[in-house]
This record gives sequence, structure tokens and C-alpha cells, in this order.
Amino acid sequence: MNWAALIFGKLSWSVFPDNPIALGGAAFMVCCALLVLALITYAGRWKWLWSQWLTSLDPKRIGVMYIAVSGVMLVRGGIDALLMRAQQATSVGASDGILAANHFQQIFSAHGSIMIFFVAMGFMFGIVNLVLPLQIGSRDVAFPFLNSLSFWLFASGAVLINLSLILGDFSTAGWLAYPPLSELAYSPTTGVDYWLWSLQISGLGSLLAGLNFLITIIKMRAAGMTPMRMPVFVWSVAGSMSLVVFAFPILTATLALLALDRTLGMHFFTAGGGGNMMMYVNLIWAWGHPEVYILILPAFGIFSEVVPVFSGKKLAGYFSMVLSIWAIVFLSFLVWLHHFFTMGAEADVNAFFGIMTAVIAIPTGVKIFNWLFTMYRGRIRFYTPMLWFMGFVVLFTLGGVAGVVLAEPPADYQLHNSLFLVAHFHTMIVSGVLFGYFAGITYWLPKIFGFRLDESLGRKAFWCWLFGFILAFGPLYILGFMGATRRLDHYAAGLGWQPLFIVAGIGVLIIALGFAFQVAQLVRSIRQRRTALDTTGDPWDGRTLEWSTASPPPAHNFAVLPTVHSLDAFWAAKQEGTPADVRYEDIHMPKNTGAGIVIAGFVFLFGFGVVWHMWWLAIFGIAGAFISALVRTFAEDTEYVLSAAEVEAQEKARGRAPALMPL
Amino acid sequence: MTDAPMTGVREQEANAADGLKAFGFWVYLMTDLVLFASLFAAYAVLHTSTFGGPSGRDIFDLPFVLAETVLLLTSSFTCGLALLSARAGSARGTFAWLCATLALGASFVALEIYEFAGLVRAGDGPSRSAFLSSYFTLVGTHGLHVALGLPWILAVMAAILRRGLSRSSLRKLMLFSMFWHFLDLVWIFIFTVVYLMGANLL
Repeated sequence: MNWAALIFGKLSWSVFPDNPIALGGAAFMVCCALLVLALITYAGRWKWLWSQWLTSLDPKRIGVMYIAVSGVMLVRGGIDALLMRAQQATSVGASDGILAANHFQQIFSAHGSIMIFFVAMGFMFGIVNLVLPLQIGSRDVAFPFLNSLSFWLFASGAVLINLSLILGDFSTAGWLAYPPLSELAYSPTTGVDYWLWSLQISGLGSLLAGLNFLITIIKMRAAGMTPMRMPVFVWSVAGSMSLVVFAFPILTATLALLALDRTLGMHFFTAGGGGNMMMYVNLIWAWGHPEVYILILPAFGIFSEVVPVFSGKKLAGYFSMVLSIWAIVFLSFLVWLHHFFTMGAEADVNAFFGIMTAVIAIPTGVKIFNWLFTMYRGRIRFYTPMLWFMGFVVLFTLGGVAGVVLAEPPADYQLHNSLFLVAHFHTMIVSGVLFGYFAGITYWLPKIFGFRLDESLGRKAFWCWLFGFILAFGPLYILGFMGATRRLDHYAAGLGWQPLFIVAGIGVLIIALGFAFQVAQLVRSIRQRRTALDTTGDPWDGRTLEWSTASPPPAHNFAVLPTVHSLDAFWAAKQEGTPADVRYEDIHMPKNTGAGIVIAGFVFLFGFGVVWHMWWLAIFGIAGAFISALVRTFAEDTEYVLSAAEVEAQEKARGRAPALMPL
Repeated sequence: MTDAPMTGVREQEANAADGLKAFGFWVYLMTDLVLFASLFAAYAVLHTSTFGGPSGRDIFDLPFVLAETVLLLTSSFTCGLALLSARAGSARGTFAWLCATLALGASFVALEIYEFAGLVRAGDGPSRSAFLSSYFTLVGTHGLHVALGLPWILAVMAAILRRGLSRSSLRKLMLFSMFWHFLDLVWIFIFTVVYLMGANLL
């Protein structure tokens, strides 16, 4: 018996990175982590961090933590993007570029996985946590503890995927790890396992969070908020979370089947043994296509809040907005095959999926027109959230037209797997999803922290992102038509592609500058926060309930729960100026708990154990998670009470001194 | 969660909170159903991919599976009786019917392990062919759910022992019984689609 293998599994001294760039990345990340830990220790903030943030069940704080993790992951994914652009700009003819082929493959796989699962999903759940309970006039989500657990599972997945920088390597099989390449026979290292388990763990968190928010919307709305009085953001989140609930179990199952192939030698997707690799592609896209709408619907919702407020008008076509959200939800499950028209399904099948795909442009077009009609004859105020919207509406429409082109199976036969496709989906995800989330963060951060973000740096960030994006992805549309395929680590000099790749590289540098402006914006806004305080709770002249409470809101959101009489409830209240009949009541709130971190920590140990075949650790992790979850169900005394008198005293004190979220 | 007598408003709030948990668990079970649907789909695609190994007809022992089915369905029945006892306020009766549910559930798991072990010993384990991979995974995932239900029954019984038929015990019992009936439903589909259709009886 080999005791070392029993204890350490596949871990050995040879798992540390050996090439200089990978080693540099690992060292950089370790240094950053150590620096952060040292700073917290130096400032003596550990106790504060633990009791105020890490164990918090307050959705506003959980939301801030989601956004912080996603911001860090955006840096990681962005560095990957810079490396890929650098490789493709230099790896031509006799030059092999700056990266080894294998390392390049790891980088594009990591870039896609990180940007979707840990940047876009994290920003999305972060914003939903910040805004949704406030907007429906609720004190909390339906299951506050589950919310904390969901976040920590997401964070565990993020740690696991970053660990692959230091120990072992990452998957080289692309962001969706198609078999048979992702099977053990062709990817024998632990890279695909890191991919599998970090996604599985964070995906479980997403599933639980989706369920939580769906039920929050169904059950926790303020009195009088009938469905047709819900803000469009709430509708869009309801659509998105319905998709999470239906689609994420498919991802869980698919990842589990691939893991069974790799660890227990099964034959679901293997090249031999009767496996069927096209079943993997079908299953992963049955999740993957709805996933696109899971990300974009909340962004649509954000724009549906931003545009009316900054145009000083009510949203045009509320009913058609709601209808188009549900049309998209429904259609998103009927288009998955357009990701692999070239599989060789018969023409009728391809035609069906092609038509369904093109049809999605109709509800999306309805939304674009409604936003434009809202702006029409409005008194538009060009704050940064509105700039993000206008950047979005131009780029997203162009990218959408490219999508309709790709929806035609004959065109897709030419364009699939080309940089045209890459340019198309980046237009949808960057200028659609990411611009939307940036608009949302700028729009709602004053509510959460009590001060506005610096406008001038925000504008600079926007223009860098906009022009950087056009420079980075415009050339890729052209290169796609010229025949450049995706994931290319080298090409011949005679093709004449290099100038376009260099332009694309410059574009990414400008985007990086835009991101630097965003960091500077955050730093400057925090430093100068006392000059931009929001003392009214309503800095933008808003229309929905979140602006009716203080900025930042108390942990219980509303001293007195609002009652809703119409759409745009807060706007209506402001117009009527009805004096609120204030009668304070006792408020029951959940106590903070570290159980979420503990359970997610055990799940992380399980994931690490399975990746490295350290079975004792995997068993320890899963047993620990199960037992600590069981202990939590027996926990007593999980609530505290804020008496009516205390609430009243707090409200009176607030009138005198503006509160700031403790920074 | 305290179990002291409550005033009217608090009682209403507590009822609403329990209702919320039950509804949340319902939705969770629906997500689990989607997971099983994916595994059924994989089985449907791969059930003929025997790769020279045995087919369902060669390995399924229907009388044995019928015994498993009877055990599981009966356990669902006793679980329902436990809930009825709880409604009638009999902690003793609830406890007894939960014991019966535990015994029947454990027997089901034991039989399934025996069935799987026999197949593996005969060289027809999950890595033999795609058909067997999908068979073991679908049936095994259901079995894993049942196995996880066993410590859950123990936890419900512990709650009843500690605090009688308190509000929190009743909520635990309610959620568990939803889970257990759900597994019953999934098994009926497994019995039909995997075993009866696999043995060409349907």
C-alpha cells in the first residue's frame, strides 16, 4: 500500500507551475492575498470583518460581498484577456508569441469560465441582493440564512478555481469542456477537475440563491404590490430566477456525469464504451442557453429602472415589457441547438431552431423600442447610468443583428467557431450584461453606502470601455469573415491578420484603462464621500420603493413597511404628498451566523479532496457539511427583536445626522 | 425558535414562516425533479448502448425489484400515518410510525446495495458500458436520496424526543414527508421506465 498516495492523492512537489508566466501569476496572486490579510491584521479589523460582514445575513451586505468577489475575479479574467490578446498579436509566422500553446489553452478556458460564473453571475446576484428586497418593500429575503450559504458556496468555488493557478494546472478544454477532449483519456491532469468542481460548488450556490429570490418575489412583496404593480426590475429578476430554477439542475447533472466519467471510469460521454459525446453538448447547452438570459434579463431590468428615472417619465409600455420578459424566458429553452447546427441534425431540426432563435429578436426589439420611447420627449439627465444605457443600446442592437445572422443555419455553417461568433457573444455579454450591471451599480450604490460615486471619473471609465470595446471587438467581426477561428494560438504571416489583432489588443488596453478609472472612481468617492452625501434617500428623484427609505437603509430596510397603491409607488406618494401615518411596531430580524461559512468551507474541502483524489479529505468535507447543516436546523434563538421604541428612536436620530455605512 | 405559547400576531407570523419554508421546499423538490429528468434523459439516450455487455433484459430481476418497490411504497404509507398521528397529537404514534418508515427505508437501501454489489461482482459494474453507467447513476442517485433520508428521519425523531410535537418538530416532519413522497414518485418512474420497459414488459 502506498501511504503517500492515500494521504496526498495526486498531489506532489511537481504540481507547482514551471513556466515563468504561470509562476509569475501564482506569485502575484499569493502576494495579493497575503497583502490583504496583512492589511486587515494591521488595521485590527478582523473582529469587525467577521461580525459585521462575513457572518452577516443582511442582503445589502451580502450583495456588497458578491460584488467585491466579482470585482476581484474581473481583474483575474481581464488579465487572462490581456494575455490572449498579447499572444494573438505576436504569435505570427516565425514567432511563437509569449505563451506556450498549452498555457494559452488554459488561459482561454479560465477566461470564459471565470467571466461567466464568477464575474457576471456574482455581479448579478450582488445587485439583486442589494436592490430586490428594498424594491418590493420587504425587510429581507425569504430565507436569510440560505442567502448567506449561497454566497459562501459561490466564494468557495471562486477560491477553488483560483487555486489552480498555484497547484496543478487548469482545464485546456474551453469554457464548456466538451468531451471527449475533457475526458480523462485526453485531459489526464487535474485541470478539468478544477473546472468541474469549482463550477459545481458555485452552481449549487446559484441554484439555492435563485430559488430564494424567486420565492422572495412570490411571497414577500409589500401590501398592495400586486404583480402588475411590481417594478420591471422585479419582473426581470423573477424571469431570470425562474430560469435558474429550471436550468441549473441540468448543469448540476451534466457536470456530475462528466465527473463520474473522469473519476469512476463511467462511459456517458467517452469516445469508447458506448458513450455519446453529443449528449453532453445537448445537455450543457440546455443549461447554457437559458444561462445567457439569466444574465441579460436583470440587465434589461436595470435599464428599465434607469431610463425612466433619468428621462423624468414613466416607462413606456410596461405591459409589453412584462410580456416580452416572459416570452424570452419561454423561448430561451427552445433554442439550445443553435450552438451546434453543425452537429448534423436534419435540415428540419436546424430550421426549427434557427427560426426560434430569430424570433427572440422580437421581444428583445420590443424592449429596445420601449426604452427609446421612454426617452422620447423626456427631460434626459446624462448621468453615468444613462451613458451606460446609451452605449448598450447601440452596441447591443448591432450585436443582436449579428446574432440573427448566426441564427440562419447556412450562415452558421460558415461562421461557427470563428472570431465572428466570439465578437457576437462578447457584444451581448459585455455591452449588454456588463454595461447593464455597471449602470445598476452606479445607480444603486448611493442607496447602499449613502454617497454618490464621482461623476467625472465615471464618465472617463464609460468612454474608455465604449471605445475600447469597439476597437477590441470590431476587428474580430472582420477577422471572423476572413476565416480566423477562435482559440487560435498561432497563424501564418501571409494571412494579413496581424494588424487587426494588434488593433484588438490596443482596444483591450483601453478597456483596462477604463477599469482603472472605475477603481480610481471608487477610491476617490470613498475619500470624498462627505462632499457627496445623500441625505434625502432619493438622490436621483426615483420612482420605486427603495428610494423611500434612508441611504444607507437600516438593517431592517423600512421602519414601517410600505403599502403600495399603484405602479411607481414612491413616485405616486411624492406627487400626492400623503403624510404617512407612522405607527412603529416591533421588528423581528435574523441574527448573524457563521454557519454559512462553515458549511461552505467543508464543501470547499470536499471539492479540493475530489480534485486531488484525497478521498479522506473528500469524505471529511462532505460529512462535515452534512453534519453542520443538520446542526443549523436545530439552532434555536436565531432571531433578535428591535422594539417599537428603539425603531422610533433610530428614526428620530436619523433626521439629525446622516448615517454612513461603516467603512 | 422558541415553543412558548404565542400571542395572536406572533402565531400568525410563525404560521406564515412555516408556510414559506414548506413552499420553498416544494420549489426545491421541483429543481430536484429537473435533475432526475436530466438523468432519465441520459438513460433514454444510452439504454441501448450496451457495448457488448448485458442489456436490461439480461440483468433485471423483476421479483426482486418488486420487493424493493413494495418496501418503498409501504414506507411512504407509514410516513403518511406518522403525519396523521402528529395531526392527532400523538407523539408516541408519530414516533412509532417513523420507526417503521426508517426500517422500511433502510431495507430498501440494503436491497439496492445488494443488487448493485451483485452486478459489480459479475463484472457488470457502471464502467462496463454506457448503458450500465446511466443505469447505475439514475437508480443510484435515487438510492442516495433515500439513504440521505434515513439520518433525516433520525433527526425528526430526535426533535420529537427532545421537544415533543412542537412547532419546529412538526415543520421538520412535514418537510421530511414531502421529500419521502417525492422519492416514491421518482421510484415509480424508475420502476416503469427502467425495469418494466427494460425487461420488455411494457
